[in-house]
Amino acid sequence: MSDVIVIGAGPAGLAGAIASASNGLSVTVLDEFIKPGGRLLGQLHQEPSGEWWNGMKESERLFLEANNLSVDIRCGVSVYNLEKDENLWNVHTNIGTLTARYVLVATGAAEYPVPVPGWTLPGVMSIGAAQVMTNVHRVQVGKKGIIIGANILSFAILNELQLAGINVDRIILPEKNSISGKAGEPEEVLKTLLHAAHLAPSPLMRFGSHFMKNNWLRKMAIHFYPKSGMKVNGTPLQLRIAAVEIVGKEQVEGVKVANTDAAGQVIPGTEVLYEADFVCIAGGLYPLAELAAVAGCPFEYIPELGGHVPCHSETMETPLGGLFVAGNITGIESGKISMAQGTIAGIAIANHAGKVSSTIDQQLQQAVQQVRSVREQATIQFNPEIDKGRSKMKEIWETKFAPLDKEYSHKKIV
Amino acid sequence: MNRILDHPILGKITDRKTIPFQYDGTTYEAYKHETIAAALLANGVRKLRVHEESGTPRGIYCNIGHCMECRVTVNGQANVRACLTVVENDMVVESGKQLPNIVKRMVEQG
Repeated sequence: MSDVIVIGAGPAGLAGAIASASNGLSVTVLDEFIKPGGRLLGQLHQEPSGEWWNGMKESERLFLEANNLSVDIRCGVSVYNLEKDENLWNVHTNIGTLTARYVLVATGAAEYPVPVPGWTLPGVMSIGAAQVMTNVHRVQVGKKGIIIGANILSFAILNELQLAGINVDRIILPEKNSISGKAGEPEEVLKTLLHAAHLAPSPLMRFGSHFMKNNWLRKMAIHFYPKSGMKVNGTPLQLRIAAVEIVGKEQVEGVKVANTDAAGQVIPGTEVLYEADFVCIAGGLYPLAELAAVAGCPFEYIPELGGHVPCHSETMETPLGGLFVAGNITGIESGKISMAQGTIAGIAIANHAGKVSSTIDQQLQQAVQQVRSVREQATIQFNPEIDKGRSKMKEIWETKFAPLDKEYSHKKIV
Repeated sequence: MNRILDHPILGKITDRKTIPFQYDGTTYEAYKHETIAAALLANGVRKLRVHEESGTPRGIYCNIGHCMECRVTVNGQANVRACLTVVENDMVVESGKQLPNIVKRMVEQG
């Protein structure tokens, strides 16, 4: 039996395992995927400094570090239930039930599905699926693709597909409806893209992004937005074109699209068919938190964090004794934040376990500061109001849960 | 083959060993340590099953185990996720098939 079971071998889970193991705890990491790294594996982009962020290399580095600390990493293991029995957590998996005093749930995120008629055809996949197929498995997802959904994730993966020589013909929006919501409204999409100014589809818009925060200018911009789109790295981004239906017999053959007005309403009689052999649906990410839910953890709905998140403190503890969370389960941010949060959780677990070295308080303080500084230095944010979301959770913790914390004298981090 | 053997940043794939496996009676080659979903797509196969009731085709959707759309039968074991299962030498993989809806038929027959 290990002291700690970490669920998820992504950046948060591995960093957490490393921090716990460095403080003298025995750690087992479980993950469903065929190799450790989580969604870090497929990440590949150039930093503003010109250096490449290569998720595959980062994953290997974390894996080796964990391995050197004798962390037991088991891939291909699915966890389907989590429950507490006296002082021990039972982690139910496809290889049996494992127990530990401490559990770190670092299950990451999942993609919001955006149902489009015909989306069940083979050849339609989530944008993340295309990323994994391309950068992890190194298999071409197709010869000519269409991305439905314009957001930071789809732009990042568009870039990765292009790097691998995959032809993405265009990016269009989902048809506006009650499920696609703002993702189907050209003006709203433009607004969110402008928050990530350097990702805006043209130098003109990048230049204008400061002014475009003005409502009137933005309305004008989307009104005069060209039908043919503006190019993102050579691929047209067509904010005024909506996917009406994905068509094909045995697999994807194309996407039926229509022109829309500035609010995203389809203009009747404008339907045409764009040929494609693959389609990527990009609906954005939400915290993958089912295991925290079945464990009985209280939740809060915080849109800035990506949806429903388990209640947690800044030191990654939940209201359930021995249960910790880190990474995208706590809110959608970059892999670097996940790693920094994992480190906090790993140290906090060691602290709870009484592995008190003279430096543990200092380690914890530093780890919390590290998350803040990584956030400040982030070049892009999935949600521009992430700070607001984090503050909401901090306040909820301090008013609802911190006073109840008897097991451990909670040291306030300043 | 539909593989990305040369990548400007991730580099070249050179020394991967191949192994044979079967999918719906046809023998294909997979790279060692790759998933069924990746091996089949590399061989141009997108369709992994049909919907149990309607018979309409399905393939991978999320590719990381969340959506359960890619379930196939592996060495006789049904409902195995192709995106999380590594191909083994001479593995026998079958696509998911249409199944009789007994309850629906009972309701129809009154």
